[in-house]
Parts: sequence; C-alpha cells; structure tokens
Amino acid sequence: MTINSPRSNNRARRVWLAFLCLSLLLILFAIGLPGVDGGLAHAAEASTSDVADAPTYLPAPKLTAADYPTIKGVNSRIAVWLAAQLHLWFAAFVLAVPIFVFIIEAIGMATRDKRYDNMAYEFIKVSITAYSFTAILGGLLTFLLVLFYPHLFQYMSTIFKESMFYYALLFFLESATLYLYYYGWHWLQGEFRKWVHLSLGLLLNAVGTLLMFLANAWVTFMMSPAGVDPAGVFSGDAWAAIHNFLWNPINLHRVIANIAYGGSIVGAYAAFKFLSARKPEQRAHYDWMGYNANFIAISALLPLPFAGYYLTAEIYAYSQQMGITLMGGVFAWLFIIQAVLIGTLFLSANYYLWCGMGRSDGAVRYHKYIKYLAIVIVGAFLVWFTPHTLVLTNEELKALGGPYHKYLGPLGIMPAKNTAVNIMILFTTLSFIFYRRANKVATVSWASAGNAIQIALFTAGILNIFFLGIYHGYFTNTVYKVAASIPQVLTTLTIIVSSTIIDSLMYRGAKEVAPLHWGRVSDRSQYALFLLAVAFTWLMGLMGYIRSGIRQHWHVTNVFRDASPDAFTPGLGYAANVVSVGTILFMAMVIFVFWIADVSGRKTPTDAYWKTPSA
Amino acid sequence: MKMPRLLQAVLVVVGIYAGFILVFDYLLGQVIPSSLLSMYMFFVIAGVFMVYTYTEESARELVAPIKALVEDPGKKRLRNVVFIIVPLLVAGFTYQRMSPSFEAPVELRSIHPAPPATVKAYGKRFNLATLENPFRQYEKSDPDKFRALVREGGDIYIQNCQYCHGDKLDGRGPYAAGLNPTPLNFQDVGTIAQLQESFLFWRIATGGPGLPKEAAPWISSMPVWQDFLTEDEIWKVILFLYDYTGRRPRSWEHE
Repeated sequence: MTINSPRSNNRARRVWLAFLCLSLLLILFAIGLPGVDGGLAHAAEASTSDVADAPTYLPAPKLTAADYPTIKGVNSRIAVWLAAQLHLWFAAFVLAVPIFVFIIEAIGMATRDKRYDNMAYEFIKVSITAYSFTAILGGLLTFLLVLFYPHLFQYMSTIFKESMFYYALLFFLESATLYLYYYGWHWLQGEFRKWVHLSLGLLLNAVGTLLMFLANAWVTFMMSPAGVDPAGVFSGDAWAAIHNFLWNPINLHRVIANIAYGGSIVGAYAAFKFLSARKPEQRAHYDWMGYNANFIAISALLPLPFAGYYLTAEIYAYSQQMGITLMGGVFAWLFIIQAVLIGTLFLSANYYLWCGMGRSDGAVRYHKYIKYLAIVIVGAFLVWFTPHTLVLTNEELKALGGPYHKYLGPLGIMPAKNTAVNIMILFTTLSFIFYRRANKVATVSWASAGNAIQIALFTAGILNIFFLGIYHGYFTNTVYKVAASIPQVLTTLTIIVSSTIIDSLMYRGAKEVAPLHWGRVSDRSQYALFLLAVAFTWLMGLMGYIRSGIRQHWHVTNVFRDASPDAFTPGLGYAANVVSVGTILFMAMVIFVFWIADVSGRKTPTDAYWKTPSA
Repeated sequence: MKMPRLLQAVLVVVGIYAGFILVFDYLLGQVIPSSLLSMYMFFVIAGVFMVYTYTEESARELVAPIKALVEDPGKKRLRNVVFIIVPLLVAGFTYQRMSPSFEAPVELRSIHPAPPATVKAYGKRFNLATLENPFRQYEKSDPDKFRALVREGGDIYIQNCQYCHGDKLDGRGPYAAGLNPTPLNFQDVGTIAQLQESFLFWRIATGGPGLPKEAAPWISSMPVWQDFLTEDEIWKVILFLYDYTGRRPRSWEHE
C-alpha cells in the first residue's frame, strides 16, 4: 500500500473528491435544513401566501406528578442526570480529540516529523472506544428521557423536530468520517493521500462541531427559551428557538472547554502509559506525549475563564434571577468549589512544567525564580476562591460586628477574581517561557534588549490589570466594572502573544546548552497529569449541574413547569455526591478505554495452540 | 550549618499561618474566619510542597528526615516517641472537633437571595426583569426635581430605616446590635452596587416574609414595607440609597 501508481492515485483522487463534495453538500444541506435557516424563508412565504395551512402548536403542557412514569427502585432524575453527564463527558472528549489530532497531523505534515503523525494516531486510537461509549450513553439518555419525561421529550421534539432528525443523520456522517479517518490512517499516507486524510480530519471536526451546536440549542432553549410565547406556544420559527439568548455563549464555552478537557484526558492516558512503561524509549515517548497533551490542555485552559465569564455575564443579562441564583444564591458555594478546582488545575499544570524542567540540566538557571512564581500563583489563587459570603462562627460574627469583612469582603466580588485569574494566567505563561528556555541560550545580538522588552511588557501589563481591576472594579458603576474585564483580558492576551513572538524570534537558532532528556521526569509529575484530568471532570460535572439547576422547578424556564416529584433543587452535598459518583464512574470507564487501547497492542504466543500447517 | 529542608518547609507554613493571624486579627483589627484560614492554609501547604518537590534532589532532601526516622536503627528512641506523640495529637484534635459544645452551629448564608421572575405587591404583579425606577429618568431630564426626590427619599429613610441600617447607611443603626444577621451595610461594595433597582424594590416591598423558599431559613427581620410605605416612597428611598453611598444601580447600558 505504500507504493502509489499514478493510475491508482488518480482513481483515489476522484473517489475522495467525490466523497468530500458529497459530505460538504450534506453539511450545507444540514445547515440550511428546512425549518432552520431555510425554514425562516419558508415560514415567511407561508405567512404571506397561505396562512390557513400554517401548523398550529399547542402550549406547553401543565403536568401533575401522575404524568411522570416511574419504575420501582429507580430514581428517574438521578438516572437521567448521570446518563446525561456521562454522555457529555465522553462527547466532550471525542469532539475535542479530532480538533488537536487534526492540528498535530498538520504539524507533522509541515515538519515531516513522523513522531507527530504517530502521536496523532495514538490520540485518535484512544478516542475510538470512547466514541462508542458516547453513542451508547447518548442512546441511553434518549431512552431515559422518553421513559421518564415523555411530555417534555414530546414538547422539545415538536419544536426541534428538524434539528433532531438531521442530528441523527449527521451522526452517520460523523461515524463514517471518524472510522475512515482512523482505519485509513496508514492507508492514506504520502503526498496527495495525506492531504485527503487531513481533509477528512477537517470534515470530521466540522460535523462534530455542528452536532454539538445542535445539541447545545436544545439545552440552551430549556434555559432561555425563544421562538415561543409565554404559554410555550411555538411560533414555528425553528431558527429563533435554536438561536436563543444563551446558544452562542455556550457554543463558545464548550468548544474551548472541550479542547482543554480532551487534552487533559489524553494527558492522563500518556501518564498511565508512562507509569506502566518498562523500557526507557517507551518512557521517553509517553513523557513527550504527556507534555504535548498538557500543552494542549493548558493552551485551551488559559482563555477558558474568559469564555466562562462571558457566559455568566450573558446569563445575568438574560435574567437577574438566574444570575443571582447562580453566583449569589443557592449555588454560590458550588462556585467556590469551582474556583478551588480551577486553581487546582493551574497549580498542577505549573507543577508539571516545573518538574519537566528537570529534563534538561540547563534549567538550573531558572530554579531561583520558581518560588516567586509559586508565591504569586498561590496568592492569586487565594484571592480567586475567597468567598463573598464568609462562613463565620458566632464568635467571629461578634468580633466583626456583622457578616461583612472590611478587607476580605471586597475580595469576594468579580473585579478581584478577574484580576487574580489574569495574574495566574500570566505567571503560568512565565512558567512556560522558563520551561521553553531551559535547554537553550539565545544567540541573537538583541537578546538582552529582548529580555528587557519582555520584562517591561509584563510589568506594564500587570500594572494595567491591577489598575483596571481596582479602579473600575471598586470606584465606578457595575456596567464599567463588568466591561473592565475585557481590557483586562486583552492585556493578558497581548502579553501572551507578544512575549511568545519575541521569545520565538529570540530563540531562533539558539544554542542548545543541555539536551532535553525525554523520560527523565519524576513519577510525581505524572500524578499532576492525573489530577488535571480528574479536576476537569469533576469541575465539568459540578458546573453542568449548576447550569442545568438554575432553571430550578422549570423544564423550560418560565414556560414549562416541572411537576415531577423531583422538581426541587437538591442540597449542595447531595448534588456534589451525585456528581462525585458520576466522576468515579466516568474515570472507571476511561481506565477501561485506556486498557482496551493497551490491549490492542498486546500479543500472546500461540504456537502451541494452533496446528502447524503441513508443508 | 544548612537548615534541613523539612524544617524549612514547616517553618514557612507556620510563618504564613502566624502572618495571617498577625495581619488580620491584630494589625487590621478584623479577624480572619477560621473556615477561610483552613482553606487558605490547605493551598499554602500545597504550594510549599510544590516548591520543595519539583526537583528530585529537593524532594529527596525533604523526605530524608522522615525516611531516616522510620528506617534508621539509631533513631529507635526518637521513633518510638514520635509514634506515640503523633497519634495522640491526632486523637486529641479529633476529640476536640467532635465533642459537642454549646456553640450555635455555623450558618452558611447567601447574601443575595435570588429574586423571583415576578413579584406581587400593592395588589399588582411586577416583572422584575423589566421593572425600572420611575424617577430615575429625572436624573438627566430634570436634575432639580431629581434632587428633591432624593431629599424626600432621605426623609423617608431617616423616619423608617435608619434605626436598623444606620444614619450612615453602614448597617449599624441603634437597633442593629440586637439583630442577627445584622442589617445590610449599603456602603459595602458587595451589596446594592451589585444589584438592579428592581431587586431593591422587591426586597423592600415584601421584606423578610417575601424571601424565596430556597436557601431558607433567612431569619430576616426586614418588615414588609408595602404595608407602611407607598410605591413611590419606596422608589424615592432607593434613589436616596444610591445617591448617599455614591453607588450606581446595576444596569446593562453605558451612560
């Protein structure tokens, strides 16, 4: 298969071009599906030409507890909750992996370094079993919804019938593309075939993202319904229902979060393989793989708090009630857990980088700075999770003269949090810059000027972040306070981008003072990779619960009331326990996925078992 | 002689702990809550552990005294002492934490109750998402009228609210000491500055009994002011609250 004759190449080219055209047509068709984009036009035509034929929709049903089927011994809410959460964890993983596999494959093609291609293949191999789990759990979730919440499912499918139908069809395309992409990996090698393979990767990502956006529309419709009147009567405009207030904020947040999450899971896979490797070359390979996975996870983690802040600001803007329930009301303490987990992600990512500096003897030059990085990152982390509502004993309450703390209180609101998270991100970037420089010395004539520019950039940026956070956060009104987060983010992004560019130019053709020894890293650092994956999983579960829980006793906010016996907001401890059980289940399944990926490479000698063919 | 790294690490942790107490409890005169201090210290210890273990040599040096204590035959006496003292300390700590006391349990209280979508007051239903202060418009269109409304709001506040919320709006009125939780401090950056005027209208009009069922018990002694004040009077008081504290109500539009 490695020898390509021009004739077979031409034939393959024609087949693949036809396939790609068909697939793209299908996507375009799906984007313009009747009742979605096209539906708008049809609806407009219909309204002018033939109003009488327009379908009439019923209002959202008013249910009683008797309308919810039950099965003895099964708690319907927990069953749906766990199935949905497990489906989402796997879906996030299998949607994310092709994104960075595509990028790694492209890097491999650009550099002609086979190691990247091998790594990309190994990543996609891990996601194949996970893909089956995603589909199985998605099916289970649908069954459970139909079984336990039939009226809700019927109402949702009346509004989203087209998108649900095309979602199911797109799933075929997703599966076909994924299997072709994976099983065709070694077949589609070489000049033109490699481009075909890369195009398949692009198609896979396009279909996967479209699938997620469609599913996001159903979820966000339940939070911020659109295209229906206050009684829940559907207007017939499916695009309005899809393009509801929170759809795009969730789309953006989920795309970025999925990449970070996928990176952390494959990082855990690399750590698993590293710790179980027997040979030095295996340790070196999986160390390198873990490093790359961590790099992907952290690169996506850095902009994630901003996407999260945008989503939350939009939730506030949509409904004061939802916003306050989320961050000031009953769910506020889960946000403290969230802050702690996000801080844990930053700490473990930095620790992994610092441990990784041990791969090169040249890193000793930077050891003296690590403690200062740690002080700033931990300090910012403490501000990041300081709660607005303090838990006080009666004695403390008396000593303070009330529940308000003069100095800690101001740290409990968003301007302090935004400032802290920007500082954490900048110092994580510094950790990465030190890591990159560990084995090299810049040889360009302007190296000291370059360093001075970078120091000036960081200093000015940090001062600006503090000014924006303190002045706009505490001395102007709320609208400027919220708006100040944008220049803060832009400052951070400017510093990251410009210092990365300066550093790349400075270290172009740099002298290697001490080589990197892949595999020379402590086992402790690998546990930091595990911690990253577990913290991400738990975090997604808790935040997912909050996102769904802020609807409180509504199936569809203010439109369709939840009348089931479970239409109450569970206590924080109960919710945290359910999510923790889900996390353990997911981790067990992920370990199974890792093990299966490992088993596929094992071979047992069978000479004594099989009959030797006679000559 | 170089100080053992384990001792260094312990001293750093103890130093930071003592620093928190010194700065907050003594220098600033505002105690640091024990619940927060334990959270802080958990991550301080994690940070110290990270700094002391990111290189192999440092990690080895850190655990060397512990390893020696467990493995070195020459440290038998010290080992026996430590192996008795440490479990006793843990037992003593556990006993202290678990033994019943007369102290009232710690309360986890949300500062901002989540508002309902609509609220019933004065025999009408108000939509809190769209409800606006009818007098806010005069701030720009008729500043003199606006000042007069604020003054009226001030009078209403002094006649009705300052007994609890204080004449400086800092939650320290003459009756405040008798209430738990204490009345809201409007000067605090985390209270009215975070909220829309409709939220304040809801809280004032329906008082403690109008608080939502979630996150109960609220144990709020806020009266139901719709029984004592008119709708306009409540809006004027709200104007005064923002004017006196120099805060702006939460909004989504630039001014």
